[in-house]
Amino acid sequence: MSNSPETTSSQSLYEQLGGEAAVNAAVDIFYRKVLSDYRINRFFDNSDMEKQAAKQKAFLTMAFGGPNNYSGQDMRTAHARFVKMGLDNSHFDAVMENLCATLSELNVPQELIDQVSAIAETTRNDILGK
Amino acid sequence: MATIPRITFGEATFSCQPDESLLDSLLRQNIQVPFGCRQGVCQACLMRSIDAAPPESAQAGLKDTLQTQNFFLACVCHPEQDMTVALPNQQGAFIEANVIKKQLLSPDIIHLVLEYQTPFNFFAGQFVNLKRPDGLIRSYSIANIPHAKNVLEFHIRRLPKGQFSNWVHEELKLGTALSLSAAQGACHYVPGRATQPLLLIGTGSGLAPLYGIIADALTQGHQGPIHLFHGSRDLNGLYFIDELRELSEKFNNFHYVASISGDNIDSKHVKGRANDIALASIDSLSGWRVFLCGHPEMVNQSKKMAFMKGASMADIYTDAFHVLQADS
Repeated sequence: MSNSPETTSSQSLYEQLGGEAAVNAAVDIFYRKVLSDYRINRFFDNSDMEKQAAKQKAFLTMAFGGPNNYSGQDMRTAHARFVKMGLDNSHFDAVMENLCATLSELNVPQELIDQVSAIAETTRNDILGK
Repeated sequence: MATIPRITFGEATFSCQPDESLLDSLLRQNIQVPFGCRQGVCQACLMRSIDAAPPESAQAGLKDTLQTQNFFLACVCHPEQDMTVALPNQQGAFIEANVIKKQLLSPDIIHLVLEYQTPFNFFAGQFVNLKRPDGLIRSYSIANIPHAKNVLEFHIRRLPKGQFSNWVHEELKLGTALSLSAAQGACHYVPGRATQPLLLIGTGSGLAPLYGIIADALTQGHQGPIHLFHGSRDLNGLYFIDELRELSEKFNNFHYVASISGDNIDSKHVKGRANDIALASIDSLSGWRVFLCGHPEMVNQSKKMAFMKGASMADIYTDAFHVLQADS
């Protein structure tokens, strides 16, 4: 991850964060936080951990401004059963909190965390089926 | 100027154009293969190259064991040379192997040794499907490393209503020919990172793949500590105790704990479940390589606990022994 405050603005967010290596560094930490967060871990339990980690990686790549072809419709379909289980704004907020804590732990500068946060925020309505 | 790579899939051979992925070229031939995200994430289009090593970029994100076995993701594969490819579950031909040894390791577990004539590639810890003459098939893990004698060793536990296991224990005779599939599975040792600590937890005949993995690691000169925890409910599931103790005397970096979890069993072994004992004895698994084999519930619980204790998901290798309820 980039610690340097002088990163040039010509680099994309994904490049400034450190690309795929940064996603790999973040995914285990993020997934561990989510699994140990009593507010949301019931949505992540009882699933194939390997597949779950791959999905988290796709999500982080997208939030880091990296290559992705996430579609809103896919997000809605994938989360529909969780919405039925009661998934709401409070859970989405908890995931955002874990995401930001992961990046802080990796010493990502706050201004980049804000950018990641803003991208992740754009998925809120699709994930919550609104 | 580079030539256009030719792809072989089953009976079909076709070219993969420079601007298309291997997945695109398969679909263009109307060959139905599973796929999902088309960006190398979901791993739905996992395939295997039978001959040439796939481009490294097509293996990004795959477990190192799968990379070693030439698995790749078709959607991000841009072949650089001719390749013969197959789907992961595509069964190759069965080969024949003869029973050359049968020996009880415990009242429940038999050591079965088969000898094969046809060339056969495998990693210790992988499994094969064994087929008896009437066609009944069961999967068993390979407990030895490849060597010049062309043999495969299995530890077969007799299950209460197990058709195959009871037949092996009671009827199978020396000299009988069994058919065996190609070796499968991603729970095995990969050389490199020789100083990494290894944690291996097995229940019952889950020791079979672990025994092979340990032999492999030691033969390849693994330097880091190797901790094996083998457990069983009762004494019938513990075996190779003397062999493993001798191994720990021979290799300073190999450590072995045997445990019994059942109640009211008088034994000299540690009391408790192997996974509980193992995970309680290590504060952090950050940087460790973890192998879990045997009872599915033990494997799944321990996988999560090992991950929460700091092991990276990429460093956890599992083989859950699922038992068919009705007629296993």
